[in-house]
Amino acid sequence: MSTDREAILRRLKTKLYRDENPITDAFSRLQAPPLNIIPKRGANDLKNKVKNFIEEAEMADATVTKIEGLASLPKVITHYLASQNLPTGIRVADSLVDVNWGSQPLLSVKKGRAKGTDLVGVSRAFAGVAETGTLIYLSGEENPSTLHLLPPTHIAVLMEKDILGNYENAWTNVRLKCEKNAEGATSLPRAVSWVTGPSRSGDIEQTLLLGVHGPQRLHIVVVGNG
Amino acid sequence: MESSAHKFKDLAFTARRDAHLQAALGKLGSGFSLKRKEAARRLPEFEGLRDQAKTIKDHVLENLDFYLERFEERVIEGGGELHWCGDADAAQKKILDICRKANAKTVTKSKSMIGEEIAINEFLEKNNIEPIETDLGEYIIQLRGETPSHIIAPAVHLNMGQVEDTFREKHTTLEPGRKLDEPQRLLEEARSQLRDKFLNADVGITGANMLIAETGSTVLVTNEGNADLTHTLPRIHIVIATLEKVVPTLEDATSILRVLARSATGQEMSVYTTFCTGPKKSKDEDGPDEYHVILLDNGRSELLGSEFQDMLRCIRCGACLNHCPVYQTIGGHAYGWVYSGPMGAVLIPALIGLDRAGDLPNASTLCGQCEAVCPMRIPLPGLLRAWRTKQFEGSEKNTLGKILLKVWVTFVKSPKLYRGAMNFILMILEIFGRKSGGFQWLPLAKGWTQSRDFPSPAGPTFVSQWKKGLLMSDQEELQKRQKK
Repeated sequence: MSTDREAILRRLKTKLYRDENPITDAFSRLQAPPLNIIPKRGANDLKNKVKNFIEEAEMADATVTKIEGLASLPKVITHYLASQNLPTGIRVADSLVDVNWGSQPLLSVKKGRAKGTDLVGVSRAFAGVAETGTLIYLSGEENPSTLHLLPPTHIAVLMEKDILGNYENAWTNVRLKCEKNAEGATSLPRAVSWVTGPSRSGDIEQTLLLGVHGPQRLHIVVVGNG
Repeated sequence: MESSAHKFKDLAFTARRDAHLQAALGKLGSGFSLKRKEAARRLPEFEGLRDQAKTIKDHVLENLDFYLERFEERVIEGGGELHWCGDADAAQKKILDICRKANAKTVTKSKSMIGEEIAINEFLEKNNIEPIETDLGEYIIQLRGETPSHIIAPAVHLNMGQVEDTFREKHTTLEPGRKLDEPQRLLEEARSQLRDKFLNADVGITGANMLIAETGSTVLVTNEGNADLTHTLPRIHIVIATLEKVVPTLEDATSILRVLARSATGQEMSVYTTFCTGPKKSKDEDGPDEYHVILLDNGRSELLGSEFQDMLRCIRCGACLNHCPVYQTIGGHAYGWVYSGPMGAVLIPALIGLDRAGDLPNASTLCGQCEAVCPMRIPLPGLLRAWRTKQFEGSEKNTLGKILLKVWVTFVKSPKLYRGAMNFILMILEIFGRKSGGFQWLPLAKGWTQSRDFPSPAGPTFVSQWKKGLLMSDQEELQKRQKK
């Protein structure tokens, strides 16, 4: 046991003279996290959630395409790359393994984590949040974090049914997916990442510049149920 | 970090005469505050969320020991290590230990104010480990050997030409004739310089915006993505955070995130918000092998239960700086230590001692803008006043000041005495000032008159006019109407 630990905790406990009640409150807060104020703007039917998500994502400088079904994903990506004058080599997450990439012979597809030399990363978002046009990624073998961080262009594939109203909806789904410890507490993946638009900085004379260390372009492909 | 907060008056004086700085600060004024206003307008629940964020943090502070112990349990359970450190020395040593064990040569860093507090860069350099700041603003000021002048915009005091000069001087392997006349070119040069550093670093050090007791996660908020590359690519991730950063649950963190970016830059949400939990899992293809959290006290536990406890709610958004007329006039460096603006003027004396930073709480007009915009509703003007009170009570030297204040109190407590004296003084001032309209010199008021004139009184006081039955302005109005 480190002595700093004992000393700090002793200081805190001395300063925090209190009844037993607050501790009980704190304990139950962790057991069953209460919902706080949730902005109304996310509360909508699916159609409007999708609309809100796209509007907010575009406000954050992302671009969005909507398609009906995963079958047309390779074609849409080929078109997007051509429209941006980008090369056709892409690094794709295993979570998109079912996609028939062979339908676009021009695409050269690699799997696994991104390398420093990769120019385009494609991964699947766990959820989209209509409130702010935010994508949520869970790290893991099927979706390495480097895919949405290292390449200068990132393409996010988001299933329409995964578009949720607010972050709290997303936490509910994350908790359902994750393992629990003996006390019922959630074990999160190593990185849960919220991404709202492409990388940016205002550090030089407060001029908005895109693509500092993360991707300069964020293209979101929303996939309908068709 | 060494403090020069005791030289505040000199530093502020110099800052006022620094043309580059004044131009840079001029740009700051409108940008952030207008964007914040617009973001608040777009979200009807914004004020309610501020109340909620305050309530959450107050609850945390009341139960800080409990939440920190839970956080510790969860970090260890997730395969991470947690190191309690009482002060900057302990934190420096622990970080060096971890780096040495890993035989680290280079460390990438994402912006951390705690990193500034414990001067980790200087310490690592002394021990032959190269620290590399990766936030664009921090990278620029690291090359220049400067410290951040704003919590969220560390290089806000610089203009483009200064950045260009620095890059030409430091990036010596690049073509000297290259063009660097646009922000975009400067950005691309910094990005390409830092790319290999990210890929080759042995250790990544980040701060944390929050710690989550429920899951043992550390929350990182950036716009550039540098924090994510810093904790994803190297073999070791070290998080440095102070005690008060803990919040109970994912939902509580979410509520605070809803007010953080809006208050800071006016964004709906920062670009990257990442919840890091432990080292990489067995099947992960990327992420660090080790995850360490340095949990630092460095004076926070002393604030708990004190009249300055409210300051522990601060989430370092920078809104109080962006709205402060004093900050906008002198910039961040004049404050002399890690923090600046209203939050700095409250926090710095608490962390390094009032005797070493006594001018800071006095450098405020108490206009109240900071409190009006603080997402955590910290009563900053009240806390500044509290420091002034402490200073007054603690000062033994200033006996003349104390006597004069006692005299003042005697007058103020008796309306008759006060009005009599005021009428007398006003009469004298009016007689002597009638001709010039103001005074360039007054006895006992050198502090006022050395930088501006004292205006001569415009006429009798409000109360004496009222007593005569009518205000002068009303009398004039009455005369006008009678003429019609």
